[in-house]
Amino acid sequence: MTWLSITIAGLLTYFTRMAMIALVSREMLNDRFKEVLAYVPSAVFPAIIFPAIFINDYGIFVEINDPKIFASMIAIIVGYFTKNIIATILTGLISYWLFIFFIFS
Amino acid sequence: MLSKKQLFVRGMFDVSPHMLSVVPFGIICGAIGVELGFSPYLVYGMSIIIFGGASQIVFLQLLSGGASSLIAVASVGIINSRHLLYGAVLSEYLDKLSFIKKLFISYIVVDQAFAESAKFFKNNKSETNLHYHLIGTGSTLWICWQIATLSGIILGSFVPDELGLKFAIPLTFIAIVVQDLKKLDHVIVMLVCGISSLLFFNAPLKSYIIISPIIALFVAFLILRIKK
Repeated sequence: MTWLSITIAGLLTYFTRMAMIALVSREMLNDRFKEVLAYVPSAVFPAIIFPAIFINDYGIFVEINDPKIFASMIAIIVGYFTKNIIATILTGLISYWLFIFFIFS
Repeated sequence: MLSKKQLFVRGMFDVSPHMLSVVPFGIICGAIGVELGFSPYLVYGMSIIIFGGASQIVFLQLLSGGASSLIAVASVGIINSRHLLYGAVLSEYLDKLSFIKKLFISYIVVDQAFAESAKFFKNNKSETNLHYHLIGTGSTLWICWQIATLSGIILGSFVPDELGLKFAIPLTFIAIVVQDLKKLDHVIVMLVCGISSLLFFNAPLKSYIIISPIIALFVAFLILRIKK
């Protein structure tokens, strides 16, 4: 039963990936819509970023001085200036560890 | 003009920094699945059949929490519906591929592959065989995801919980969008999406993950109208 559910969930997921690539041709989309598509990364990824920072594992808003908020700000500044993905992730993680292990502990 | 092989390698190279977050997250996903009491085969099977990071954890957590299969399946579908937007962006560049090739390449369109390849496509419109870049990013992510979830399943959570490595996920996505903070219109769209995701966080079936992009894209549409 669980295998069946996984298979259906997998087919559904595959459909979301395939539909616009294989079933919808470019001409079917109007020009306005194509222009709006340039904003897709900016319109999608914050929905993953914000809850991961501001909401904890129990679904509750974190305090305004949560280490994740400070560490994200550092990562944003480093990422903005270095344009380097590894530097962004590492400074974010390392500053987070400094906060939770030394400063807030 | 880059060769197919060069494009493929470039794709692998462009996406590899994200492994810093994908690999620990995969290990955590695998370990959580087994901890929740599911069979290792089932937990691993999901990495091949669904191949969708967070949605795999949500699926198992819902089932183990007593939710019906229907709710679990629907949640996976809704969480992953954002791929429709990725496909819409990529279709412009994959238009010339045969139907069969489109069917194959669709399987590997995941967040970071989309982000890195869409960026590359936009800056290299004149190249032919651009899809090899996407094959490079997607297959690299696929292989690392398989190895990472498998090691989490076999070894358990050997990454200590205290490290809070789940935090690497928002960091990966910050690295993807951070350069767009230079453009005011993008900043507005990001804030609208982010704030909506917090407001709608408790909407049923994790639907905040698609509600907030739709709101943000509507705002983008308004911005484009005002600009003209």
